[in-house]
Amino acid sequence: MSLLQIEKMTHYFGGLRAVHNYELAIEPGQVRGLIGPNGAGKTTIFNLITGIYQPTEGKILLDGTELNGRSPHVIASLGIGRTFQNMLLWRHMTVLEHVKMARYSKLTYGLAGAFFGTARRHQQEAESEQIAFRLLKMLGVEQFADQIVLNLSYGAQRRVEMARALAMEPKVLFLDEPTAGMNPEELLQMMDIIRQIHGELGMAIFLIEHRMRVVMELCQKIQTLVFGEVIAEGTPEEIQNNPKVIDAYLGKEIVE
Amino acid sequence: MEATSDKLSIDRRQLLSGLRVAASRVPLLAWFLGALAAVTLEQFVGNPLAWGIGLPKVPVLFGFVIMLKKPLLIPSIALYIMLIYLLPVAVVARLSTAAMNRLAAKLLDYKMFLSVILHLLLFYAVLHIWAEMSDYRVLVLKLMLIAVMLTLSLNIINGYMGEFSCSHPGFMALGAYGASVFTVWLFTDDRLFGAALLPPAMGPFFFPIALLIGGLVAAVGALAVAIPSFRTRGDYLAIISLAFMFIVKSLIENLEVVGGPRGLGSQPDWANLPVVFATTVICIWIINNFVRSTMGKALNAVRDNEMAADAMTVDTRKTKILAFLFGAFWAGVAGGLFAHVLRYVNPGTFGIQKLAELLAMVYFGGLNSVYGSIVGACGISLLGEALRPLELYKWIIIPLLLILVMIFRPTGLIAFKEFDVKKLIQPKKMAD
Repeated sequence: MSLLQIEKMTHYFGGLRAVHNYELAIEPGQVRGLIGPNGAGKTTIFNLITGIYQPTEGKILLDGTELNGRSPHVIASLGIGRTFQNMLLWRHMTVLEHVKMARYSKLTYGLAGAFFGTARRHQQEAESEQIAFRLLKMLGVEQFADQIVLNLSYGAQRRVEMARALAMEPKVLFLDEPTAGMNPEELLQMMDIIRQIHGELGMAIFLIEHRMRVVMELCQKIQTLVFGEVIAEGTPEEIQNNPKVIDAYLGKEIVE
Repeated sequence: MEATSDKLSIDRRQLLSGLRVAASRVPLLAWFLGALAAVTLEQFVGNPLAWGIGLPKVPVLFGFVIMLKKPLLIPSIALYIMLIYLLPVAVVARLSTAAMNRLAAKLLDYKMFLSVILHLLLFYAVLHIWAEMSDYRVLVLKLMLIAVMLTLSLNIINGYMGEFSCSHPGFMALGAYGASVFTVWLFTDDRLFGAALLPPAMGPFFFPIALLIGGLVAAVGALAVAIPSFRTRGDYLAIISLAFMFIVKSLIENLEVVGGPRGLGSQPDWANLPVVFATTVICIWIINNFVRSTMGKALNAVRDNEMAADAMTVDTRKTKILAFLFGAFWAGVAGGLFAHVLRYVNPGTFGIQKLAELLAMVYFGGLNSVYGSIVGACGISLLGEALRPLELYKWIIIPLLLILVMIFRPTGLIAFKEFDVKKLIQPKKMAD
């Protein structure tokens, strides 16, 4: 049994088939990539797994627990952390508050703690603050802890979003285009960060990427998605040389 | 000529910045001590001084009413305020700064709890002595404290969670009637409920329970607004909550058991100043605790981006229900106090005008901020009282002011600021 297993997942938006018979098996500690042209359904797959959409058919299992029909926050607290393609940050909150918020499901002090400030609450809040600082430090943004997140640079915001996802202590980390809109220098830094996260925390990572270079260097196994269907799956070398993938990305070469 | 005016303005600027620096070194304790000195002074020499400088009586609310009615007396009022309030506060605060800084530091080191209690006692003493001069002051003060509770509780929903809820007067009405029915039924001889069931002497001990019942009734009512909030946001929820307010109002109007449109009176007189003050302090303390915890911050996360909140394990439904129930609970408690302060309630009170007043307080003071709520509630209540002689024009000036605030500070005067008690009571740094 894999850590995250998806069997025959299909999803329709009205009459449109967005995802068809999608299968996935992520092992603990594995880095997986999902590539494909615009509109192939990559983000839809993320949204299906994280519970934002309910799949029309198919089964999603995380560590043997079925995720189908559960609400997003339950799925998240079961161990799926994610970042978003267009960075969904909370615009009035500080960096530290962002990261601490992801510890929400780990807090057990209840209403009594929230209303009366019990010792348990102080202890748990201090603990999550400690974890938050550790993560911020790891991602190199701890100096912004007390700043409103919108005042940060784009690259720093991306890191905060990643620290936030890590604070949930997920079993699988979903990264939706972590390098979108970055310049080559920031791109290299982000790749280092992903490597570092994987090295230090050892969690499984599932990432969507547009840039070939990133997936080729980071992932152990890659799937290529076109019009909601996986057309190729394999190691980076296999994918790179797969004629179907080349067709999908570059178009067919017509030999006369 | 130009040079001198330049020099003058520089001097003035230096004076102002000097004053600001001096004020920033004064701890809260010293300000309270100064205020205590001022109100004590007023107690003893207020009346003779007022006659001496040609005022008809001691200016009840800082002389606004007198100023508006008889503009010729403005210099006398200014003199009175200078001599009775500003000068003693400034002198005592300045003189006691060093000692109070030491005391504040020592108290904070020893136990923060004690320091907070001391501050509250001093503050209450100031309010009590100030209010003792006239019944009008007591009433204004009580209503102002209740307004603080209402504004704060509305801020939870409209500010911290960012929904536009219009049902607060409805929650308040539920609380007012819930608490009133409990006390009137049990402790007074009334035409609606008959003779008292329990001896009135036991009453004051039951008053907290009455308020609690008021709050709980309001919280149950809030479920009716909270559940639609899962699916609708923005304008739609505003309309639903507005509808709720009207439903509550007409429900009470048609319930003859509680007096219908004639209202419900003869509540026992238990809501004295200490009770209202203590309830307000407890309310501020609990709400502030809540909004500063991660559970409370979840409201902000839901407001700023619900999808991200969900993905970060925040139970958004629970959070929304909690915000509505919690806000409504405190509105209910405030409503219960309101009923016992006025000792009469009728459903007409809890209409659209009350709503406008509350919304004005929240948006004037500042969203997402305990400070803002306190400032907004006190500001608008005082303004409302001060501009009373203008009668109808009052309702031109206050909305105009609101428009100005909205233009220059769209989120209110003091928005998005944390209320840190420790920062408030700590000793201020001494300059070298």
